[in-house]
Amino acid sequence: MNITLGHYLALSTILFAVGLAGALTRRNAIIVLMAIEIMFNAAILNLVAFWHFKVFATLTAQMFAIFAVTIAAAESAVGLALVIAIYRHYRSVDVDEMKALKG
Amino acid sequence: MEHAEHLNHLASQQWLIPFFPLVAAAIQSLLKKPARKLSATLTIGAMGISCAFALRAFFATLGGGHHEEVARGIANFTWFKFGTTSLDLGFVLDPLTAGMAAMVTFVGFWIFVNATGYMHDDENFTRFFCFLSLFAASMLGLVVSNNLLLLFMCWELVGLCSYLLIGFWYFKPSAAAAMKKAFITTRVGDVGFFIGILMLYQHTGTLNLYTAEGTGALQQAGGLATLTGWWGLSVAGTIALMLFIGAMGKSAQFPLHVWLPDAMEGPTPVSALIHAATMVAAGVFMVGRMFPVFTAGAGDWVMDFVMWVGCITAVFSATIAVAQFDIKRVLAYSTCSQLGFMVMALGAGGFVAGQFHLLTHAFFKALLFLGSGCVIIGTHHEQDMRKMGGLKKYMPITFWCYFTGYLALSGFPLTAGFFSKDEVLLETFHHNKAAWGLATFAAFLTAFYMTRQMYMVFAGKWRGGEESHHGHGHAHDDHGHGHGGHEPNEVPWNMWLPIAVLSIFALFMGWLGTPWFHDNLFHHYLAPEEHSPEHSNLVLWLSIGVGLFGIFLGWLIYGRKTMEHATDADPLAVKLGGLFTALNRKWYIDELYEATIIRLTMALGVFFRAVDKAVVDGILHAIAWVAWGISQVVRLVGDDLIINGSFDAGCDGVRGSGRILAKLQNGRVQNYLRVMAVGVVLLLVVYFVK
Repeated sequence: MNITLGHYLALSTILFAVGLAGALTRRNAIIVLMAIEIMFNAAILNLVAFWHFKVFATLTAQMFAIFAVTIAAAESAVGLALVIAIYRHYRSVDVDEMKALKG
Repeated sequence: MEHAEHLNHLASQQWLIPFFPLVAAAIQSLLKKPARKLSATLTIGAMGISCAFALRAFFATLGGGHHEEVARGIANFTWFKFGTTSLDLGFVLDPLTAGMAAMVTFVGFWIFVNATGYMHDDENFTRFFCFLSLFAASMLGLVVSNNLLLLFMCWELVGLCSYLLIGFWYFKPSAAAAMKKAFITTRVGDVGFFIGILMLYQHTGTLNLYTAEGTGALQQAGGLATLTGWWGLSVAGTIALMLFIGAMGKSAQFPLHVWLPDAMEGPTPVSALIHAATMVAAGVFMVGRMFPVFTAGAGDWVMDFVMWVGCITAVFSATIAVAQFDIKRVLAYSTCSQLGFMVMALGAGGFVAGQFHLLTHAFFKALLFLGSGCVIIGTHHEQDMRKMGGLKKYMPITFWCYFTGYLALSGFPLTAGFFSKDEVLLETFHHNKAAWGLATFAAFLTAFYMTRQMYMVFAGKWRGGEESHHGHGHAHDDHGHGHGGHEPNEVPWNMWLPIAVLSIFALFMGWLGTPWFHDNLFHHYLAPEEHSPEHSNLVLWLSIGVGLFGIFLGWLIYGRKTMEHATDADPLAVKLGGLFTALNRKWYIDELYEATIIRLTMALGVFFRAVDKAVVDGILHAIAWVAWGISQVVRLVGDDLIINGSFDAGCDGVRGSGRILAKLQNGRVQNYLRVMAVGVVLLLVVYFVK
């Protein structure tokens, strides 16, 4: 079977949908974080796929992907730190209980 | 012609002379922490650079004396324009400016060096040097300006700086009073000065002193003599009178002299600066600068007025100086008296004599004041001459330097003061014999009181160790604590070096203006178009005679038998009795002002306050009542009903909708995300379906 750009995009879409669903429905903050990471990776997969099929004849996409990975790492570090701080405060990582910031 | 262009070029750089001290002052005022070394280096260094520029300008003007006219470089520029009138500022370089600038920078430089020693233990060292720099900058600005407006600005800055420096130890009530007195008294004169400036502008249409086209105020001064002014004077005479009133305040002429002796409350280097190089010199310099206006009005009584004010000041202050016990106060009244000499010479038409005496006096008076500062430091803050004595043994360098200053001030033959004073007397002699007689008497008093001071301070034995006795209500200073049996000691090099340098000038500077050498070099330099006054043997020998007689009499009364104890009565007081007390109390001038002018002002104040309460307040209250009534009506109808009502309704609407919208913001992050996701999906649907 010949793998085309369409396959990659479909995979990326599925990954993104899974991530979005996880972020919207799960109540555990750590799982929400993981779901966000999945969405990130879906976007990075898009970039690499477009580069692989020479849609753009530069290395920009590669560079972008590497940056995005780096940022994702940093972002998850910050996110986990926040989760730990939240846990210390609420004795829980349930996102439904974090509703102090309301109008 | 080439020379004139060179002078114009140099004149356009004259601003550099006040610029460096100004920058030094600015930097120091921005320092966050006190930095003694930096601040002293800046102040002295800036003054040194200014001095170099001033000397360059000075030497450039020297060549002009060959011609029959004054060498003068001018650099004017437009400051700003309003309408069709433009306001110019400018700088000038002529012998008068060059000589003054060289003197101020040179003397100022050495005063600053001395100040590093005198103020060594003061915690506000940086502030002091900042003010000193600003003081020097404003004085130099005054000297180089070719414009009455700029001159007046710098004139006021000089006044401000003297105010700040006299009151440098503001925590002393006497210093705080002295600073106010100096500021307010000179302000009285400044009103006259300002009126004079305005009149000059009204009649000449310019504030520039000289312009290249010959349209400057001073170049037009001759034309003012024919117009009629006030009090039976010509316009030129009126302007001259007004300008002179300004100079009277600044140069401490009777009856506006009262501030000068009180200015002793400042640190001694400040006294030296005020009395020699800057503040009081400004008045005499200004009269010299505006001298064409004075000569234009010479047909009137103005010049005689100037001469008599000077003459009275000279004699009057000299008599007071005889009976003072504070070492600095003697010098202060002596300054008053010497300024009287200068003003008298100017009034007698002796422009050169007046300026020459100003220059020589600056050197030896700075020397004497710095010397008295050395004495004060050496004797551990003692200012009462009765508690000194015998310092020649303890402070030999200070003694010898002080001695040269003493010779110069007393007019001892061949010293600087001798030549300049002789020229002043000569000018007066040719003009008015009575004034000359009085001035000669003042010269005698000068020699006498200086001899008295020398014997009291330097001869005999040290009387400082005795039990202190505060008699005569005179011990005004309160830094005399803890001077028990301390023996006096010589001051460090940075204090004696300046007076040593200045003493060379005090001895030899007079040769510039001697009639025996190239027919008066200085006269040719300053006023080449004029002939120097005719020599008179009578004046010369009488001047020498009274000087020596004054010294002799001083020796007779104070020298033959020096004071034994600090509590001893002054030998002169025994002889003169009540007169001595009157002299010691300065002819009761301060008391007179207290009883008349100040009391009158107070009474007027009380009266006007009553008027204020009864009439002005009444009217104001009536207006207030009416206004209040109107506002009540407006409030009830307009405000409460219409404005408040609609405003409240508006507020309720906003609050209600806010309450609804706040529900959306429930703090659950996932809800927000859901809304976002739905929104994105909707956007996609819209995008694809379309």
